[in-house]
Amino acid sequence: MAFEASPSRTRIRMADTADIVIIGAGPAGMAAAIVARRHGATVVLLDEQPAAGGQIYRGIMSAPLQRLNVLGPDYEAGAELAREFALSGARHITGAAVWQVTGDRHVHYLRNGCVRSIRAGRVLLCTGAMERPFPMPGWTLPGVMTGGAAQILLKGSGMAPSQPVVLAGCGPLLYLLGWQYLRAGVPIAAIVDTTGRSDYRHALRHARGALAGWRYLKKGLGLMAALKSSGVPFYKGATDLHVLGDKRARGLGFVSGGRTRKVESPLILLHQGVVPNTQFSWSLRARHRWDESQLCWAPVTNEWGELDVAGIFVAGDSGGIGGARVAALQGELAGLAAVTQLGKLAAHTRDALAAPLRAEVRKNLFIRPFLDALYRPKRANRIPADRTVVCRCEEVTAGDIRGYVSLGCIGPNQVKSFGRCGMGPCQGRQCGLTVTEIIADARGVAPGETGYFRIRPPIKPITLGELANEA
Amino acid sequence: MKPDSTALPLGSDVIIIGGGFHGTSSAFHLSRRGAKVTLLEAEYCARHASGVNAGGVRTLGRHHAELPMARASLDLWHRLPELVGDDGSFVASGQLQIAETPQELDELRRNVAELNASGFTHEVMVDAQQAREIAPCLAHHVLGGTWVRDDGHAIPYRAVTAFRAAAQRLGAQFHEATPASSIERVGSEWRVTTPRGVFAAPWLVNAAGAWSGEFAAQAGDVVPMKPGGLMLMITQRVPHFIDPVLGATGRPLSFKQFANGTVLIGGGLHCSADVVRRHGEVDFKKLASSAKTVTDLFPHLIGINIVRAWAGVEAFMPDEIPVISLSRHAPQLVHAFGFSAHGFELGPIGGQIVAELVLDGHSTLPIEPFSVDRFAPTTVH
Repeated sequence: MAFEASPSRTRIRMADTADIVIIGAGPAGMAAAIVARRHGATVVLLDEQPAAGGQIYRGIMSAPLQRLNVLGPDYEAGAELAREFALSGARHITGAAVWQVTGDRHVHYLRNGCVRSIRAGRVLLCTGAMERPFPMPGWTLPGVMTGGAAQILLKGSGMAPSQPVVLAGCGPLLYLLGWQYLRAGVPIAAIVDTTGRSDYRHALRHARGALAGWRYLKKGLGLMAALKSSGVPFYKGATDLHVLGDKRARGLGFVSGGRTRKVESPLILLHQGVVPNTQFSWSLRARHRWDESQLCWAPVTNEWGELDVAGIFVAGDSGGIGGARVAALQGELAGLAAVTQLGKLAAHTRDALAAPLRAEVRKNLFIRPFLDALYRPKRANRIPADRTVVCRCEEVTAGDIRGYVSLGCIGPNQVKSFGRCGMGPCQGRQCGLTVTEIIADARGVAPGETGYFRIRPPIKPITLGELANEA
Repeated sequence: MKPDSTALPLGSDVIIIGGGFHGTSSAFHLSRRGAKVTLLEAEYCARHASGVNAGGVRTLGRHHAELPMARASLDLWHRLPELVGDDGSFVASGQLQIAETPQELDELRRNVAELNASGFTHEVMVDAQQAREIAPCLAHHVLGGTWVRDDGHAIPYRAVTAFRAAAQRLGAQFHEATPASSIERVGSEWRVTTPRGVFAAPWLVNAAGAWSGEFAAQAGDVVPMKPGGLMLMITQRVPHFIDPVLGATGRPLSFKQFANGTVLIGGGLHCSADVVRRHGEVDFKKLASSAKTVTDLFPHLIGINIVRAWAGVEAFMPDEIPVISLSRHAPQLVHAFGFSAHGFELGPIGGQIVAELVLDGHSTLPIEPFSVDRFAPTTVH
């Protein structure tokens, strides 16, 4: 029945194809596109935003001078890459939400309410990072946002809060946002830093790497110095964080310097680092490993970023957190490998071009062990107490999950099937890592042994009507 | 690999291969009757078709051969808490099968007449108005349908977990992540080889779902079973608009809204399955026709987001009814597989039948149509 020709189906759709389809227009995606075009490949780059830049360089080509001044020189550095990308001859499809990538390299996306597909010779996943979940009592209340989301508002539309905000957590982005808010004149009620003295001690073991990556270190110290000299209340080594309020956030409670403290504020911005966005690589059933130094899952790749799903590559933070410069370099490496596989570049040329890129990747990663140690999120902020909500879509608490484990649901998928945890619209983006670590902790095994949610398409939402149009 | 002697239970009466609903239910019913059971599951219990299906508890529209056991199983569904101590989230919502054309309505009418003639009165005809009383927002072109009031739906993984937990309380041993690679009859016992060692017992139950054909063949029972994938998709939460499970007659559809507002859409949406890598591949082209059916019947859902689509791996028989049978070629072997995408409702009774075959040698329910040798070629001239 399914094979009969249907007379009503007169619409003939030409299959769209490209040598290389890149998902994500951040530094990795833009750099990969430039390299692939340089070697004669046809390139389609799909991205949800109206302009190139990704999250790190969001709005880079349209930001007014004053906003560039607020955001600082690192942000401006993205402009050069974006300009080169614009001239590369890659087809940049904006407003494209990719909702499925198949193992045979069909890329399905939604644009203006229409479902479209491209068949790709090679696929590069440059989907970047997402924020690590920061579950604590009250984190689901209105008035609580992630630091990253607040920064997106600042970059994309210059929106900043008018009331005093609390910034809590750890990691470079938190201090950067504080510094950017200072420059934008946003009042900061307090910075509540979970980094403590012992973290500095641990991080000092990696001091050699930090010195080798001195530019990063200098930048970070500069931000901290600016924040501290600004007179913003700065609390170090904060523990027992909890958002105050019943219906909406009223402030943040915590312990710092041996004292219980409260800072009143209607807007609490939480951040404790970023982790790879692995939704596509999981949905492709690629192999992943647990990275104990970055406390996250990362796809297993070869030296070019290729997954164990042939012809599909990962570059940038979606393969492991390395920052913008490393992402661009990895994008170039994956681009070189992809064009070589397509017969457009000789392997020895590829290797010759790759050698200096690899050296620069290494140089830029020297600082990582230091940063990973210094800003390692605290156990209590990753593996919360029983009453804290973990899956906010389905309102599943840490205690619920521990209960399911005791019933024999010993992996994230069993917990999901049994108690809906991770089944909601975010598909585990906001709870996946927490669930992994809670289960591992409850079972007394390494997180890598528990596995992760099976991630299902659509990776981005698509409506029944949009899909029905394809029938 | 050297068998890990500590992992091997001594003195089991029955080894069950497969921790799906039928394997788990078999473990429960056998344990309940005093047998010592060891269950071997390749991944984790209810990983495939048993745990990821649509959860329809449906006697409506059943193959007539399945009806006696399907109705007996429905009785068990209604008293699951007293049977296994948990309701598996079963809700007796009723099931409605709609007719969209006069021909479809005639087809349903003929079926109900045939059922009545065989003494089955659970399916009743409803007209267009009654159908809309049952499901008020149904599109206006619907002409009526059949209705089974005591059918419903459950949460698959919870239901299987309830049977597993009950079986474990009765002493059944479950070994997950223990894939059987081969079976062999040695003397008066079966030996099942796994990476964790060789398990042995006099009786063997083959309830390995999409992987059952291989074990049946090793015992000499060659069956034309084919593995396949079956797809489902689920939407974001929407305000409550329908109680019963809904099926169509002229096109594939199974449709239900859960208490939390999400809408599950499926119904015979086949896709490919890879039994070696153990997964089904979602084919959105086919899901699109299902989305079309849903938006035809419920236009108000056009703008609703699909949150997730997935595929379960299942065993299909050419005549779409299962194999529940003693082996014809090997002693002390029971097969229970090939449920062809409608085995979930049969889970509670399936294990009872398997237990009867093992312990009594025959079942109290009519299971002749499910014999393993029904596909054996007749004499070739």
